Amino acid sequence: MGSPIASIVSVGISKFGVREGLYTRELFAEAAREAFDRCPNLNPKRDVQGLFVGMMSESYEHQAHVAPLFLDWIGLLPIPAFRTEGACASSSVALRVALFSIASGMYDVVLVGGVEKMTHLSTTGVTEILAMASDFPFEQWHGISFPGIFGMMAVDHMHRYGTTEEQLAKVAVKNHEHGVLNPKAHFQKRIRVEDVLSSTPVAWPLKLYDCCPRSDGAACLVITSPKVARKFTDTPVDIVGSGQAQDTLGLFERDNFSGMKVTRLAAQQAYKMANVKPEDIDVAEVHDCFTIAEIMAYEDLGFCGPGEGGKLIDEGVTQLGGKIPVNTSGGLKAKGHPVGATGAAQACEIYLQLTNQADRRQVSGAEVGLTENVGGSASTGVVHIYRRGD
Amino acid sequence: MTTVTSQEKGAFIRDEKGLILPTVENFYRFCAEGKLMAVKCNHCGAVICPPRSICPKCFGNDSEWVELKGRGKLLTYTIIHFPPSQFQALAPYAVGILRLNEGTQLPGMIKNVKLGDLRIGMDLLVDFEATLPKEWPKWPRYFFKPAS
Ligand SMILES: [Zn+2]
Repeated sequence: MGSPIASIVSVGISKFGVREGLYTRELFAEAAREAFDRCPNLNPKRDVQGLFVGMMSESYEHQAHVAPLFLDWIGLLPIPAFRTEGACASSSVALRVALFSIASGMYDVVLVGGVEKMTHLSTTGVTEILAMASDFPFEQWHGISFPGIFGMMAVDHMHRYGTTEEQLAKVAVKNHEHGVLNPKAHFQKRIRVEDVLSSTPVAWPLKLYDCCPRSDGAACLVITSPKVARKFTDTPVDIVGSGQAQDTLGLFERDNFSGMKVTRLAAQQAYKMANVKPEDIDVAEVHDCFTIAEIMAYEDLGFCGPGEGGKLIDEGVTQLGGKIPVNTSGGLKAKGHPVGATGAAQACEIYLQLTNQADRRQVSGAEVGLTENVGGSASTGVVHIYRRGD
Repeated sequence: MTTVTSQEKGAFIRDEKGLILPTVENFYRFCAEGKLMAVKCNHCGAVICPPRSICPKCFGNDSEWVELKGRGKLLTYTIIHFPPSQFQALAPYAVGILRLNEGTQLPGMIKNVKLGDLRIGMDLLVDFEATLPKEWPKWPRYFFKPAS
């Protein structure tokens, strides 16, 4: 296996959901506080050298220039703070930039986080802000919503491979099952395939229960160079692979709508760097903004062949107890998708799994984990691979 | 067609030699004249829409405008039930991606069709809205409709 790029020594996650009266600064501080409390050997004021934080949009809260703001709210002024934006992949991009800072030798201990506040706005308001991650002159201008982009991918996948609405629904059912086991998840409620199939259409074939909710939340990780990790914890999780790729902003410019090229390319880079294969992955968090996205992720990550994602969910391979449990946190679907927080929250879940702290949703003996986070219509794709450090 | 006010007919954004720049704004100014235009790369021959100065296929930066016939096949589609606010009166409506016969692709609204009749591979034509949008950037909208 590849040598570690960096180590995760602690994580913190705010409760995800409707967090009335709490805004990004408070949510981010809640996540950071938990990360500090989990790591008594860390003295944040003395040890932390930089903050890398992902947030999608200043439009939700009318608040830009958030890097110094969040730094202030966690008491760490005046160290350098960086905000990254990659739509729904904003904080996975933050994690990569943090890895560069450590791999360069410039920093040894940094914070990586992500946050978004969405539930104070109406569904229409959120729909419009999310749509900003698609192409304005050709997609937004012609009434193509964000679910519409993934709806077009789903229609193509169903036409090309025979994927069914029932198979899409099973992704939502599985992730809600997992969400029940995660006290931080937005929803702790089981749903049935019939509930998904009979829910209100949003962008056919995607229905309300095929779509992740609007959520508020934040996540934070303490990342160190591998050589200092053991000063802070006996059970670090090493990041051993990292990949990222970009594609056209507009879905319409691509040759293929049934898959995500960015995920395939990012995964190739990460697998190669980590020197692992898809079958080595014990647990994964993937980007299920819409149920079709998880089906495509199975294929693009190599968990199955092209067009076989529907079969994989049918066979139960990706549920807890299956061969590759996917989205044990509940995923974006049940844990929630505070857009900028998602990438960091995925990494937090893998840390908890690989350090045996995932409680009722623990994948026993998990040693190697993977996260896949895409931004917009998969115009940004980031994949990371993690290994238990002991 | 309603007269163009802020964007005077025939007024394009041009370079210092007077050539019409390969830009999104100019694409829509052609739409105002009822023309669907793309640029053709003079290096590799690729037909590129949306127009841009650097060819995404070959990095060439020498291209010329070409008019498209506005005929093609539907690659994929969806039916929007929860639209952005300015489209609420139209919902549910169909949108899709059209593969134009000249080889480039465009997304847009599909009109004059029963939603149940939509099929991947169906022949569609490009047409233009009769009225101009009032909100910024006031680009005239094209749309797709069945060929028959
Ligand atoms: Zn070219």
